[in-house]
Amino acid sequence: MNIRTSARFRNRLLVAPALLGLSLAAACSNSSGSSSGSAGSAAPLPASCAKYQPYAGHSGTTVTMFASILSPESDSLEKSWAEFSTCTGIKISYEGSNDFESQLPVRVAGGNTPDLAIIPQPGLLGQMVKTGKVVKPPAQTVTNEDQWSPIWKTYGSVNGTFYAAPMSANMKSLVWYSPKAFQAAGYTVPKTWADLKALSDKIAAAGTNGSRPWCGGIGSGTATGWPATDWLEEVVLGGQGSQVYDDWVSHKVKFSDPPIIQSMQTVAGWMQNPAWVNGGIGDVKSIATTTFQDAGAPVLTGKCWMLQQASFYEAQWPKTAKVGPDGDVFAFQLPPVNPALPVPVEGGGEFLAAFSSRPEVQAVQNYLSTADWATSRVKVAPGWVSANHGVDQSLYTDPIDQLSAKALTDTSVAFRFDASDMMPAAVGSGEEWKAFTAWFAEGESIPKVAADVDSAWPQ
Amino acid sequence: MPVTSPLLADSAWNDAAIKLGNSFGAIAGFLGILLVVFFAAGRATGRLGRPLAIAVFLGPALLLLLVGLVAPLIRTIYLSFRSDDSSRFLGLKNYGWAFTTDTIHQVLLNTLLWLVVAPVAATGLGLVLALLVDRMRWQSLYKSLIFMPMAISLVGASIIWKFVYDTRDSSQAQIGLLSQAAIWLGWHNPPNWILSHPLNNFLLMVVMVWVQTGFAMVVLSAAIKAIPDEVTEAARLDGASGLRLFWYVTVPMIRTTLVVVLTTVMIVTLKAFDIVRTMTGGNFGTQVLANEMYSQSFVQFNVGRGSALAVILFIAVLPLVGYNIVQLRKERATR
Amino acid sequence: MSSQTSDQPALSTARPLPAVKAVRKSFSSPLGSLFVIVVTILWTIPTFGLLATSLRPQQQVAVSGWWNVFSHPDLILSNYHSVLFDGGFGVQGGLMPYLVNSLAITVPATVFPLVLASMAAYALAWVRFRGSDTLFFLIFALQVVPLQMALIPLLQLFSGGAHLGGLTVIPKFDLSGTYVPVWLAHTMFALPLATFLLHNFISQLPRDLMEAAVVDGASHFKIFRSIVLPLCAPALASFAIFQFLWVWNDLLVALTFAGGTPEVAPMTVRLAQLSGSFGGHWEVLTAGAFLSIVIPLLVFFGLQRYFVRGLLAGSVKG
Repeated sequence: MNIRTSARFRNRLLVAPALLGLSLAAACSNSSGSSSGSAGSAAPLPASCAKYQPYAGHSGTTVTMFASILSPESDSLEKSWAEFSTCTGIKISYEGSNDFESQLPVRVAGGNTPDLAIIPQPGLLGQMVKTGKVVKPPAQTVTNEDQWSPIWKTYGSVNGTFYAAPMSANMKSLVWYSPKAFQAAGYTVPKTWADLKALSDKIAAAGTNGSRPWCGGIGSGTATGWPATDWLEEVVLGGQGSQVYDDWVSHKVKFSDPPIIQSMQTVAGWMQNPAWVNGGIGDVKSIATTTFQDAGAPVLTGKCWMLQQASFYEAQWPKTAKVGPDGDVFAFQLPPVNPALPVPVEGGGEFLAAFSSRPEVQAVQNYLSTADWATSRVKVAPGWVSANHGVDQSLYTDPIDQLSAKALTDTSVAFRFDASDMMPAAVGSGEEWKAFTAWFAEGESIPKVAADVDSAWPQ
Repeated sequence: MPVTSPLLADSAWNDAAIKLGNSFGAIAGFLGILLVVFFAAGRATGRLGRPLAIAVFLGPALLLLLVGLVAPLIRTIYLSFRSDDSSRFLGLKNYGWAFTTDTIHQVLLNTLLWLVVAPVAATGLGLVLALLVDRMRWQSLYKSLIFMPMAISLVGASIIWKFVYDTRDSSQAQIGLLSQAAIWLGWHNPPNWILSHPLNNFLLMVVMVWVQTGFAMVVLSAAIKAIPDEVTEAARLDGASGLRLFWYVTVPMIRTTLVVVLTTVMIVTLKAFDIVRTMTGGNFGTQVLANEMYSQSFVQFNVGRGSALAVILFIAVLPLVGYNIVQLRKERATR
Repeated sequence: MSSQTSDQPALSTARPLPAVKAVRKSFSSPLGSLFVIVVTILWTIPTFGLLATSLRPQQQVAVSGWWNVFSHPDLILSNYHSVLFDGGFGVQGGLMPYLVNSLAITVPATVFPLVLASMAAYALAWVRFRGSDTLFFLIFALQVVPLQMALIPLLQLFSGGAHLGGLTVIPKFDLSGTYVPVWLAHTMFALPLATFLLHNFISQLPRDLMEAAVVDGASHFKIFRSIVLPLCAPALASFAIFQFLWVWNDLLVALTFAGGTPEVAPMTVRLAQLSGSFGGHWEVLTAGAFLSIVIPLLVFFGLQRYFVRGLLAGSVKG
């Protein structure tokens, strides 16, 4: 999945200019008058910087950070902590790479570790902890983390020990559609799985000039297959419940066990239904060769009506398309397959792991775990959501952000982290992608696909 | 580069000057040290002279090879006998996995196919072109255009060709050239090329051939030009026709070059994972050994299996190396 | 295609042709020329498609083929503008710093292996010693070591030095943020092929010339500098082109040893960041890809005439 959470970030790199950063740091250390001493005894910062007092005392230091987030999203990140850097004099040297998931392990194994890394997958965090290089967060970070729902702490933990505080969250259980087109055709947003199926059949029956109810694409370079794993996760969470979901993640329930096989059949009846897909693109097999970025384009031309994709898909719509409840595109929450279960909210997120315990690294860690920083980030630009309960919901300006933030902090829904992100890499970013791609591309049978994935589970 | 100075801050130019200065400074320093060493070592005479010369000439290269290739090779062999995180000894289990798993069978088969088809096609085509192009007007234009793909990175080339093979539903406008060409030629419902196994393997090989043919052509063309006229003159006077002359005189005369070109392209082919990685991610039955190795080691974190595949790759190429060595030995013997 | 020309008698002309020309002649029927032209066009079309795509607006790239530029020429330069000048947060000059890095990485990473490999090749070919053949073959065999397997051990070496037991063999240098690790890595990976190809050439140099120099009392160092290097200039230039192209187009080594900051990262790393995951932003990617092949092409055209004399020409002169 590595790409799915980071796909929205992959655009353009922004890296802090050394010169600018240094001059800021220099200006800052001059104004604060002091550049040494521990946080407790640091000289007071000027009034405008008062709120950064807890992080003072490390002026002139640099903290390196490595992540998969690329410009323009990384620009927003850097802007969000620019004031912190100016006031405290801690320069954060940021590097984004779209090979993050394979580069981080290489660099950690090679001894060239960054101070901080923003890791989007609990599974990868587990791999890093195994190397023994990840440092536990300072006490303040642990306290700050309590502002998140308790379940997030487990996602930032490995074998019961808390290592990485969540920074952001995203919402996956969304179906994108065109409110304008729905209105023109007289369709309403389905509230239950039965409604969803009825609507799909209706659209399929009415289908003029090749329009179909659903479109999809699972192509994503080396991560091809991940959107298909999301579809199964939605169906498992909404059809079998969170207990089965958790057991499935820990392999107590296997892919070849009845609940998962049954869920795969549901997915096959949905995204492999030749009457329903692949609107505006081709047949069922074309899902395997269409990139997830391109998959939604037919929604705007009326050739396809619905696309299941995460909140970060918002970045893929052309700038000319208006996003909103009455706009060109918007999203509704995917109803649960089993109406007796709570609404499933499958999500992803990013975790800040430290590879150094230097005081300035801990200062940055502490700051980035506060609701204060999250608020600062929300104000910079839309397209970013925190599940931190300390963030004022009214700050979100984007309708999709509002929708996601509401769902992610809603305590009545069944929130679960992306399953493949938590499974061992050999499955979650290996065999599951491959087998599911073969499932769509070559029409491999469901029992064979399930058996293939199970056999890759590390013994 | 079409970069005009008003668009760039002075600091950017200064920065560029410093970086390039460092870089050329490093080259100057490197050559300077060599010159001094040469001068000093050149003074040594007598019994010390020869060993010293060998040490100076070979030492740096051997040291770098030892550190950069030999040590990692030994480490890889060691890791291939160990578990995914190298903590346990597994014996030959990783190799057993490689030879008993269905998907890996497919990978080995594909790799073999690549190894035979792509280099032979690139070299063969390069040879024909080398013979044909030299008589034509504007030959350097043709040569340069055919060589041009060599200047494009394999990732870039894969992106270009992904465009060529793109297929849309027959009700849509095609954006892939191959599908459009098929439609122009009257085939109204072309398949989804990249999904059509086993054709897709060959479509990916086309990319490699496209990149490597220019290399083969340029090198072989030079080799043909270097054949001394008098060597083949006798054969020609015996009445051999052009084609026979080509087969029995030209080809044997450039055989060493042919083998070298073939070997070079084969090794590039074996090691190249970018094409498969970029175009199919190893899906649809197109996976090759180099990409599977990369994926096992760096995506799925199974260093043991990745290392075992690397060793298999290494062993697969050894016969090729052996053949080259035999050829070189023969050539040495005749000299 | 050659079958159609095979019956053409090579001896039909009265004037005796040099034999090689006879071979060529039999291949140079109009059909042969046509074949070359067709191949050339086929070989150029994909790159032309890249150029055309890079000049089209984003919306059109996704819905219609690039050949539509002929019927609906609607070309823009904004893709190039965004590649060249859009920096991120505070990055000046867009692609410029990366272009400089590419040059600063590629030139030394071409010169170093070239010089070291020609020295090694000379020693193996002309300062023969017991085991020199075996050594040469071993170096040749090292070509097949997959470089992915060398990434982690080399990174460990560069960041922590080398230790054998408690003994520090190579001390730790702080090289991060400099080009040195990238230069070294590229040099190491290039040595086997470079040594092999240059050895082929150097070992074919005229024996009399070498022996005469030895009789004159020249040291190996003098022979290397004043005879070997000048004589194998064409081979050096040919290999330089390949090494230049290889380093220029490399992504993996640069990403691992240089990282992605504008201080050291080359164009390829930047382009990978620009493109995001493959699939999105074709138009920007194509513009970047086209820019990245300009310099290698200039290098190729600049050194092209050396190809006429050839990389391996020496190996068939015997």
